[in-house]
Amino acid sequence: MQHKQIETEDVVIRFAGDSGDGMQLTGSLFADMSAIFGNGLSTFPDYPAEIRAPHGTVSGVSGFQVHIGSGEINTPGDFCDLLVAMNPAALKANAKWCKPTGMILVDADAFDEAGMKRAGFQTDDPFTELRVEDRALIIAPITTLTEESLKDSGMDHKAILKCKNMFTLGMACFIYSRPLEYIFTYLEKKFSKKHPEVIAPNKKVLNDGFNYAANIQAVPNTYVCPPDMHKKPGLYRNITGNQAVAWGLLAASEKSGLPLFCGSYPITPATAILEELALHKSLGCKTLQAEDEISGICTAIGASFAGNLAATTTSGPGLSLKSEALGLAVMTELPLVVVDVQRAGPSTGIPTKTEQTDLAQALYGRNGECPIPVVAAHSPANCFDAAFNAAKIALEHMTPVILLSEGFLGNGSEPWLIPAMADYPEIKPPFVAGTLQEGEKFKPFERDPETFVRKWAVPGQKGYEHRVGGLEKNHAGVLSSDPLNHEMMVRERAEKVAKIADFIPELELDGPSKGKLLVIGWGGTYGHIKSAVMEVRRQGKEVSMAHFDYINPLPRNTKEVFSGFERILVCELNSGQFAAYLRDCMPEFEYVKCNKVQGQPFLVSELVQAINKEI
Amino acid sequence: MATLTFKDFKSDQEVRWCPGCGDHAVLAALQRVLPQVSQILDYAKERYVVVSGIGCSSRLPYYMDTYGFHSIHGRATAISTGIKVANPWLTVWQACGDGDALAIGGNHFIHAIRRNIDINIILFNNRIYGLTKGQYSPTSKFGAITKTSPYGTVEHPFNPGSLVLGAKGTFFARSLDVELKLNEEIMKAAALHDGCSVMEMLTNCVIFNDGAHKDISDPAVKADRTIVLRHGEKMIFGANKDKGLVYDGSRMKVVQIGVDGVTMDDIMVHDAHSDNIALHIALADMKGPDFPVALGVIRDVEDVTYDDGVRDQLKEVARKSTIHCVDDLLRSGSTWEVK
Repeated sequence: MQHKQIETEDVVIRFAGDSGDGMQLTGSLFADMSAIFGNGLSTFPDYPAEIRAPHGTVSGVSGFQVHIGSGEINTPGDFCDLLVAMNPAALKANAKWCKPTGMILVDADAFDEAGMKRAGFQTDDPFTELRVEDRALIIAPITTLTEESLKDSGMDHKAILKCKNMFTLGMACFIYSRPLEYIFTYLEKKFSKKHPEVIAPNKKVLNDGFNYAANIQAVPNTYVCPPDMHKKPGLYRNITGNQAVAWGLLAASEKSGLPLFCGSYPITPATAILEELALHKSLGCKTLQAEDEISGICTAIGASFAGNLAATTTSGPGLSLKSEALGLAVMTELPLVVVDVQRAGPSTGIPTKTEQTDLAQALYGRNGECPIPVVAAHSPANCFDAAFNAAKIALEHMTPVILLSEGFLGNGSEPWLIPAMADYPEIKPPFVAGTLQEGEKFKPFERDPETFVRKWAVPGQKGYEHRVGGLEKNHAGVLSSDPLNHEMMVRERAEKVAKIADFIPELELDGPSKGKLLVIGWGGTYGHIKSAVMEVRRQGKEVSMAHFDYINPLPRNTKEVFSGFERILVCELNSGQFAAYLRDCMPEFEYVKCNKVQGQPFLVSELVQAINKEI
Repeated sequence: MATLTFKDFKSDQEVRWCPGCGDHAVLAALQRVLPQVSQILDYAKERYVVVSGIGCSSRLPYYMDTYGFHSIHGRATAISTGIKVANPWLTVWQACGDGDALAIGGNHFIHAIRRNIDINIILFNNRIYGLTKGQYSPTSKFGAITKTSPYGTVEHPFNPGSLVLGAKGTFFARSLDVELKLNEEIMKAAALHDGCSVMEMLTNCVIFNDGAHKDISDPAVKADRTIVLRHGEKMIFGANKDKGLVYDGSRMKVVQIGVDGVTMDDIMVHDAHSDNIALHIALADMKGPDFPVALGVIRDVEDVTYDDGVRDQLKEVARKSTIHCVDDLLRSGSTWEVK
């Protein structure tokens, strides 16, 4: 069967199935393979909180979207060119994401009466019912074909059924002209030690899927998405945001010469950071899986007092539990990195869905006047630099720092040009130096006159014995409830954080420095905003953008950048928390809000619309 | 190393506990025992870190001229854990109260014991919240009348000993604030114990719970209502040293020596190092009127410690790993070259 091969600039594929169908693995494999092929890419796992949600139901559908391209790819894509639906529920939950020109590949065997009923279809024609009957439909009996493919493999029936995703991946590889070698290598690496017996059957089923797609009429064309030829030369890898946070902290540990200690409690979607750090004991990293979130941060504070680079990783509900201890870190002026991989809230909310709704909590969520620097990561790979910079600020300015990540960044991945550690700056904490004179007392809260940073005397140093704690004290560290001393200390702690603005990069402006509209955002919305701004420019309109990696303090040129524009469009995945903060900091500008609180990232199309409305 | 003295551990801060408070005596015992411990273990003063939570007793770090951390309510045990794991060379002492460690901080307390992290916890038990001025605590007696239980509590108290041993604690000792010598003795034993040592100090609160432990501490009754356990010694007590404990395999019994044919040979010898935790729990649980309250080191057994485990694993993994710096890490696994 001859297929026409079409060259395409970018392709979005969405793999969807039951949460036990292996869609996350299928999607990641396709992504990794494309990365190695040289494509730009971005991924977005979208899965339910239940490990094995009720079989065949819409609530149990797990999805993984991957966007590959011949150029720079900034988002996982709004709509897909190929939707893979392993059962009726997956089709029902995801049909709306298929482009009008897209293809839908389904496992025909799953579309029996029972499956259709579980997914809640009213008719026996799911495609018409979902109004996607005009898409290119590839209705393949994947279950039967997988069973047939592996009938002589010696595997039991249950194990054979688990290979359906590999058959499907084989089909997708044919459609997008991907050689299977990469996946073969992956399978060999992964299973050669523990389960060598599964390698051959998986290879066979992949091949059979590939060949089946090649032989059927239903696949209209095949596509090829050439590699990104403008990519900077160098060694690349694919990296998720959570992995990048962990590695960024390890990098800061190396550059500061301080062992890394991470005290954390498992919580979706931040757990992978703790898991990743637990792997790297060879770099001297100590991980403590604490009995609760409070112990996570308190063990970290203890470790910080004892001279380690200390971190605790969590998500929104965990950050709430850590609030009191965060105040203790502010009061004792000890370095600490708190990573919040935000998820949909409030309370338990929608744990596996992404949001930017913890900004106000990070800025204000503590008793007393309790300023904490807040930084944000803007892409999965950027989580590395964000974590490194958060640790650098914490260690050099003797303060806890909150790093805001998002489920979308933590679980999402992109190719990353591997940096050399030689290009990263040293981190120099303000350790006390030398020995004290006879009779001289160390004053733990005496400040550097420029930065307001106190000195760090780590226990074990002779002569520097001192006490820290949550009570107010004077510069000498002696407890004090003197009203004026308290007010001075409150002001100095705030001033110390404000002065960090002198040490962080200035806000970068993308586009003309004067105009009608400046589009801004913070954190994980970067790729979507950038894509939207590029689209608006393609439409011939002028618009500028700036993205905030540093929220408290704001970059010192923020006011200057803002003053070139009539209006500022603040795009964020909450009801307007950054906008409210900016209004508070700089009330003289006109802010327009663009918000979404659906547990989902922006669509580029939504942002294009919002921008066009303002210009 | 110069010999340290009591004075070396005394800070220049004025001690602000109420006159007559039991905490004074515990502080004095600690300041007396640390020079001795330093000599035995060859520890310099800068190796000590004293950690506390919130409450009257948690003021203690300010009175010690060591590195100190006065943390937040209930969290001392978590802070201590972090310090010890981060730098096992430091020796950590912790002061905490019954409300502090057993109510708001109960979770950290049992988990530090379960992990057997090498810290020394002094649990000041006055059966009341003192700093907030007199509310019942998790160790207040059933029916205790306090500001928040004007008609008496309707809840059972914790016995800290059974809590510690229930969590498979490796060291538990108990004493009364006024027993200066015994306090030094158990603190020294705790310092020498490798693992989580819990010392329950029955302290008096002169203001909000005066006579908290009078039923056993009153000189008129103390000898008959308490028993001081020492490893390898017979379990005898009483003003005339004529009472003792026997164990018939399932139950503890108080017997009178010389009565009903009971001789000294029948009396149990205390084995603090025994792995029979049930016996130690039985000893820790003893209470009046049928039994004397056990003081001294009730349990002191060896087991692997968390901090040693962390350190050993780090070494072991580093020995086997091919990743020795972040550059190695970044280049590990699946990568590709763009030319």
